[in-house]
Amino acid sequence: MTAPSVTIARAAGRLSRRLGRGGGTSLPGKVLLKLRPQALSELGRELPRGVTVISATNGKTTTARLVASCAREAGWDLVANTSGANLLSGVATALLDAQGRRPAPEAGLFEVDEAALVEVARQLRPRVLLLMNLFRDQLDRYGELEHLAALWTRMVAELPASATPVLNADDPAISALGAGRRGVLTFGIDDTSVALDALPHAADSTRCRLCAHPLTYDLVSLGHLGHWRCEGCGAARVSPDVRATRVTLHGATGIAVRIETPQGPVEAELPLPGLHNAYNATAATAAAIAMGIAPDAIARGLAASPAAFGRGERVTLDGRRLVLLLAKNPTGANETVRTVLLDPEPPHLLIALNDRTADGHDISWIWDVDYEPLLARAASLTLTGDRAHDLALRMRYAGHPAERMTVIPDPEAALDHAVATAPAGGTLYVLPTYTAMLGLRETLVRRGVAEAFWRER
Amino acid sequence: MSAAAVTLRLGHLYPGEMNIYADRGNIAVLERRLAWRGLGLEVTGIGIGDPIVAGAHDLFYLGGGQDRDQAVVAEDLARTKAGALREAVAGGAAGLCVCGGFQLAGHGYTGTDGSRMPGVGILDLDTVAGPTRLIGNLVIEAELDGERRSVVGFENHAGRTRLGPGSRPLGRVVQGHGNNGEDGLEGGVTGRVIGTYLHGPLLPKNPWIADTLIGWALEHRTGAPVALAPLDDTMEEEAHAAAVARATRRRGR
Repeated sequence: MTAPSVTIARAAGRLSRRLGRGGGTSLPGKVLLKLRPQALSELGRELPRGVTVISATNGKTTTARLVASCAREAGWDLVANTSGANLLSGVATALLDAQGRRPAPEAGLFEVDEAALVEVARQLRPRVLLLMNLFRDQLDRYGELEHLAALWTRMVAELPASATPVLNADDPAISALGAGRRGVLTFGIDDTSVALDALPHAADSTRCRLCAHPLTYDLVSLGHLGHWRCEGCGAARVSPDVRATRVTLHGATGIAVRIETPQGPVEAELPLPGLHNAYNATAATAAAIAMGIAPDAIARGLAASPAAFGRGERVTLDGRRLVLLLAKNPTGANETVRTVLLDPEPPHLLIALNDRTADGHDISWIWDVDYEPLLARAASLTLTGDRAHDLALRMRYAGHPAERMTVIPDPEAALDHAVATAPAGGTLYVLPTYTAMLGLRETLVRRGVAEAFWRER
Repeated sequence: MSAAAVTLRLGHLYPGEMNIYADRGNIAVLERRLAWRGLGLEVTGIGIGDPIVAGAHDLFYLGGGQDRDQAVVAEDLARTKAGALREAVAGGAAGLCVCGGFQLAGHGYTGTDGSRMPGVGILDLDTVAGPTRLIGNLVIEAELDGERRSVVGFENHAGRTRLGPGSRPLGRVVQGHGNNGEDGLEGGVTGRVIGTYLHGPLLPKNPWIADTLIGWALEHRTGAPVALAPLDDTMEEEAHAAAVARATRRRGR
């Protein structure tokens, strides 16, 4: 597509970058969609290998990067929104930026916000639609989980028969989306060594989607994900098409996985820590299989992908290693807690809580996070952000004494304090919400220890 | 009975279904504030189908749930618990009902489709679904036992609640929507039962309400008013002040 609207919209992006308003990852798309509302479907149609769309409450950015890495290993030229701009405008900007690129991109790969997904899918008509999980998140913005699940049910039902939904068999809410549909590809984790003792407090969706009977879990892996069945009506998790049969957690630094697929096994070591990243790797493998990518390219792609910004990213500041672990909702935060606990050393912690629009204005979710095991082992605890004092209360009522935490609402001052508290050569775990993570990264970029996110591949 | 060795008995209604707004934070605050004073809290979950044993609880807690769960709970409340709960609060047991629990403590909830969900009627109020959700930080000037204080939290509800003569408001809205976005009132109180749309959760940043509930429940337990030892609430006051500042500043960024 070449049209005046494209030229104007691209100029807006260059201007945004020059004015220092961030990377211009959304604005050009916003301008384009204003001038040409049908632009998304027009630009999407130009891609010969079609479009893959990924959505989830947790893990979409990392998984999109893993799939992109696999596709590149297979020699595909991609257009993707791997900078995390995942609303309609971010997708449009990515497509716009790829206009005129030589060689022309063959396929699109987009991670999309849960609430924006229905509209993006309607316009882009994805060939592969990967849906990974639905957890309780930002009730003030997304509404109840049930509401999103109902919207997604209709969306999947309206996909053309040629499209492949790739669904998480371990999530009862996601798995139900494929009911009665042919050509669904499912994925899940079959390694029983990852099991939790019980459903965590933050678990949602623990009633049967069909008959509302409480679900029985033979294995809980993460949140409400696991090997579930209903004793009321007999509904149960299907044995997935793509399944992780071995997951090894290498402390808080990485994982190794063996994943069985209909095309053969995939084995890889990833520099991404924690069980949630084993889910991301399995989901990425399933999507790549649905796209027609071979297992050997997938294995190389998984191993080659570095952490996405703020999601297991590592930087060094003043001789301390910082590990940034985005924690923006109860289930995600529980997994970061679990990941930090894999480090045998008592952890130094910086936790940052903001309540801006992208974080959700309602911060009550921190009371659903199981911080207690982390507090029991913390070597130091610094709390920061717009709602640092709320975090302090959360820890106080978890039984953590006031003298063992430092509350510094200003993030940069808090970062300096936390870094100085950790020993030279030691590790500081940083657990921020989304905008708190962006703010801390800005500081790290300014100090020359991290790359601006829009410059990352 | 002296207050020295007392263990309060909390009946937590539907902990599996009505827990959407971090309701366990409210329970944690009650438990810690009792423990810091050398008092105990025994929490008994009362789920679907469980009866309420007469005289077994000094305090009840009912939180908020997702719509699907709330409908199941409303039916169970009406069928298995309404009578016993009314008797318990008439006998002086205290109660805290938040968000969906606030609505169910009233006479009922009329949905946008005209459907009617029954309530238990321990508060004199009625709720009708509105066309939009009322969402945001909420600051009120509350009054309990003749004392007035600022109370802060977060609200997120489609229901428009109106009080009858048998309940007085918990407070007047300073910032936010409150019961219905129109009459400037928030919450409802009858006897020792408090209902409110304020979560966040409510009690950590508003320990005064926690201590009021504890005082009422202790009086139910021991039969006489109990003076509570003061606690150092510096951190609670800081968080309260920061949340009020946040609520009164422009939203967004």
